[in-house]
Amino acid sequence: MNYETIIGLEVHVELKTDTKIFCGCRNDSKSEPNTNVCPVCLGHPGTLPVLNERALELAVKAALALHCKINQKSKFDRKNYFYPDLPKGYQISQYDKPIGEHGYIEIEVNGETKRIGITRLHLEEDAGKSMHAADGSHTLVDYNRTGVPLIEIVSEPDIRSPEEARLYLEALKSIMEYCDVSDCKMEEGSLRCDANISLRPVGQTAFGNKVELKNMNSFRFVQRALEYEVERQRERYESGEPVIQETRRFDEATQTTVSMRTKEEAHDYRYFPEPDLVDLDIDDAWLERIRAALPELPSAKRSRYVNELGLPPYDAGVLTSDPKMAAYYEAVIAAGADAKQASNWVMSDVSGALNGEGKTFAECPIPPEHLAGLIGEIASGKISSKQAREVFKLMWETGKSAAEIIKEKGFEQVSDPAQLQPIIDEVVANNPKSVADYKGGKERALAALVGQVMKATRGKANPTLVNEMLIEKIKSL
Amino acid sequence: MRTPTVKEILRSISAGETRARDWVEHSLRAIREVDGRLKAFLLVDEEQALAAADRIDRAKMYQNAPLRGVPYAAKDNIVTRGVRTTAASRILENYIPPYNATVIDKLQQAAAVMVGKTNMDEFAMGSSTETSAFQKTANPYGEDRVPGGSSGGSAAAVAAGLVPFALGSDTGGSIRQPAAFTGCFGMKPTYGRVSRYGLIAFASSLDQIGPFTRTAEDAALVLNAICGHDPLDSTSSRQPVPNFADGIDRGVKGVRVGIVRHLPEEGLEPGVKAAVHRAIQQLEAEGAEIVEIELPHMEYAVATYYLIAPAEASSNLARYDGVRYGRRAEASSLLEMYERSRSEGFGMEVKRRIIIGTYALSSGYYDAYYKRAQQMRTLIRQDYERAFEACDVIVMPTAPTTAFKLGEKLDNPLQMYLNDIYTIPANLAGLPGASVPCGFADGLPVGLQLIGRPFDEATILRVAHAYEQVRDFAWPKPVLGVAE
Amino acid sequence: MKITDETVSHVAKLARLWLHPQELSQLVPQLNDILEYAAKLQSVSLDGVEPTSHPFHEVNVVRSDVPRESLSREEALRNAPDQDQGMVRVPAVLEGGGGA
Repeated sequence: MNYETIIGLEVHVELKTDTKIFCGCRNDSKSEPNTNVCPVCLGHPGTLPVLNERALELAVKAALALHCKINQKSKFDRKNYFYPDLPKGYQISQYDKPIGEHGYIEIEVNGETKRIGITRLHLEEDAGKSMHAADGSHTLVDYNRTGVPLIEIVSEPDIRSPEEARLYLEALKSIMEYCDVSDCKMEEGSLRCDANISLRPVGQTAFGNKVELKNMNSFRFVQRALEYEVERQRERYESGEPVIQETRRFDEATQTTVSMRTKEEAHDYRYFPEPDLVDLDIDDAWLERIRAALPELPSAKRSRYVNELGLPPYDAGVLTSDPKMAAYYEAVIAAGADAKQASNWVMSDVSGALNGEGKTFAECPIPPEHLAGLIGEIASGKISSKQAREVFKLMWETGKSAAEIIKEKGFEQVSDPAQLQPIIDEVVANNPKSVADYKGGKERALAALVGQVMKATRGKANPTLVNEMLIEKIKSL
Repeated sequence: MRTPTVKEILRSISAGETRARDWVEHSLRAIREVDGRLKAFLLVDEEQALAAADRIDRAKMYQNAPLRGVPYAAKDNIVTRGVRTTAASRILENYIPPYNATVIDKLQQAAAVMVGKTNMDEFAMGSSTETSAFQKTANPYGEDRVPGGSSGGSAAAVAAGLVPFALGSDTGGSIRQPAAFTGCFGMKPTYGRVSRYGLIAFASSLDQIGPFTRTAEDAALVLNAICGHDPLDSTSSRQPVPNFADGIDRGVKGVRVGIVRHLPEEGLEPGVKAAVHRAIQQLEAEGAEIVEIELPHMEYAVATYYLIAPAEASSNLARYDGVRYGRRAEASSLLEMYERSRSEGFGMEVKRRIIIGTYALSSGYYDAYYKRAQQMRTLIRQDYERAFEACDVIVMPTAPTTAFKLGEKLDNPLQMYLNDIYTIPANLAGLPGASVPCGFADGLPVGLQLIGRPFDEATILRVAHAYEQVRDFAWPKPVLGVAE
Repeated sequence: MKITDETVSHVAKLARLWLHPQELSQLVPQLNDILEYAAKLQSVSLDGVEPTSHPFHEVNVVRSDVPRESLSREEALRNAPDQDQGMVRVPAVLEGGGGA
């Protein structure tokens, strides 16, 4: 039997603010434990929350970027549960009036655009971090992360394969990065993902029992965990065993999912409106201000690169996947470089060099105008592509412009026939065998002669010109 | 020495006749003398109070401070940096707050001197101060009587003359009812008037800090110092704060005083009814216009309150889990630690309310209980909006009875709750309310309650002050206390 | 609707309260009295009435994203019943639980 896979994702994204959502502690959960904490985020008696305006604006911005309908009248609710890293015994979250609802993300599947619905996006506070002793004897709690602003983005069960799940996450990450609302570093926990997955026979409308997956710390692991789960559930169905509705954890060591087997009582979060915070009423003017500050989003950028710059879709996709890369690329062409040449350089040489040093495009030692300069030097024939690679290397190391390096290092290509003629004459005179071979029809013999000229000019001769002049010279013999 | 008022102390200090230290010493002496039997205080910090008084006497910057040198006491649910704050609960027995409540900072800036923290019902849950985990406070007018609650310690301390003013908190009558029971002036300002930052929450949408004083005028002086917007409390109001002492003596001529037609009178004692009636007559004689108003949903107020307040409390008290502060029971598992810490740390009344509140919020019951209560709250609020079209201030008894006997109502929580019938509606509607002593019945004080429009504390103070000038009942000397 | 020992025990569990059997037997009738009294509200028609969760309708109270001083670690942990390596120590959290 054929089965259809149904996946929904719940993604938590930490917002990039200076301070926590409800107090003035720094939004920095990586400091020494319990150093970015105050009476408010430690939940001391008598303390009260006050909403960080920036956190609200970033949440609205994210919701707009995900095409959500904004609930201009919104509010906070308390979600009540006990956990040592939740200082107040409740999490301030949003229940029935989230910031945004009914949005979507578009992904490219097999060359077609597919829309994945977003059920809701809401704003809430993060909990602290628990460190569990290896021997299971105790747990240590660090509250630096309590109160870090989070948005939770819940997708519709529209995702049909583990690969679509990964594409959805990549697209989501890219949008969040474009809006500059989050660092989206999954390894550091600033983007976290849980998944719901079920299978059903093709044609059936009712959903099968769903399994919640946790502890997936990279996009690759999300895909891997879902792939494993698809197989596991299929095997169970095929062997006539039911799939149990449960929470399973991805185990990195075995690359499998493991039941968490908690005999936890059914959750009853007792949501009710947070009395310590007032309602939100985001008026049209405020909303428009936030909308106006939205940058061009990756999908729009992608089609512009294809339609206006004439880039192949592949190039457009790569360049727009990272907003810093796109910004760098755009600065290169703004400085006059050819769009396709710039795309080649940015995607291969620049990107490769940055990866090698673990740097981002924002930290690139070659300013975009310098790269544009280098591309210009090649286009004008001043240096060869081969020389350009060397110039690039020196630009990277010194931070100097292509023109400066070409001048200093004497990289200039020799394209003056008068300068080259004596060398050509000499090479032809000294290599009668190659000349004879060429005349005898061995095309490859010419390459050896070109090589001799290049060697004599220490690589500076314009190879195209040398080619032409050699043929001319041999003909005239 | 006769117990002076805030106003008298301020006059004396600014005239150079006395210093802050004299009044703080006076307070401390009175506490030493009386509090062994009264048990109004949970903590008295003589050293710190005297040091603060000396600082105020020395430093020039305090010369024009509005409450310069006036000693006061704070209810023990108002947090004080470095000074043990327990909310009268075992669960916070050894809790030392790392910060000050905004009111404490404001009073410090006004150069008032805190002498100690007062007893209360545990987490302000109670109407008699008997649910305190630590001690039972007596009523200065009868050692076997409760001082009311939950701010019974603050009320008793002011009534007995131990301090000229004290801070309390009022969620369903916790300032007004003990003020009535002990014969002092007590006011719950409009919700949002005084910052709740640093007030240990009972029911966040109802809680409000306010003063106990001997006179309405003293209350005005204290309110001047503690009211105002606080950026640390999102629910604190940005309404401008008037000088409450200005115009307090304008009299009541032309003021429309509303009396409630069909006031629920179940359990209203004749002595209380008579004293309140007499006070209304005196206001009328002074030129107030008495008008009848209707509060049709008042009978639902107690039921509404006893769903909303416990629901909010059940969540507010979840933080007492033995993890970061407070009492932690020995346990081998986390669940056991939670359950044992909370069971050992909370008293019966607190547990009762946590259970009611958790039940009212739990799935399947939310709509039937919590949501309906919130809807009824809307109707109660609207009752008052309509009533205030016809009048400027509403009067009624503060409580149906005078101070009852210690232990009398402990076994019947519902009876205890019904005692709050007259005070609860103002909290549900967020309105300012005060209790002014209006007579004695069988030797025990009776309070007249005044309820005002939102943010119109001024009219309440003006009417109360006018009444204080003409009241003519015999005021007996407290059995416990240094007051006259 | 009468509430039973089981309901109260379940609710107590949600609230992380352990109740002594004596407390339970005392609480159940008291809670029934109180809830019976609260049933007054069931008799009123409240259809279409907006719930009030704040006495006064204010909106959009926010603070600017500017850091304020945090506590020192010593102050932050001063009241902690148990601590280790600058963190609060609690009995082992069993796998599972947790929210966000």
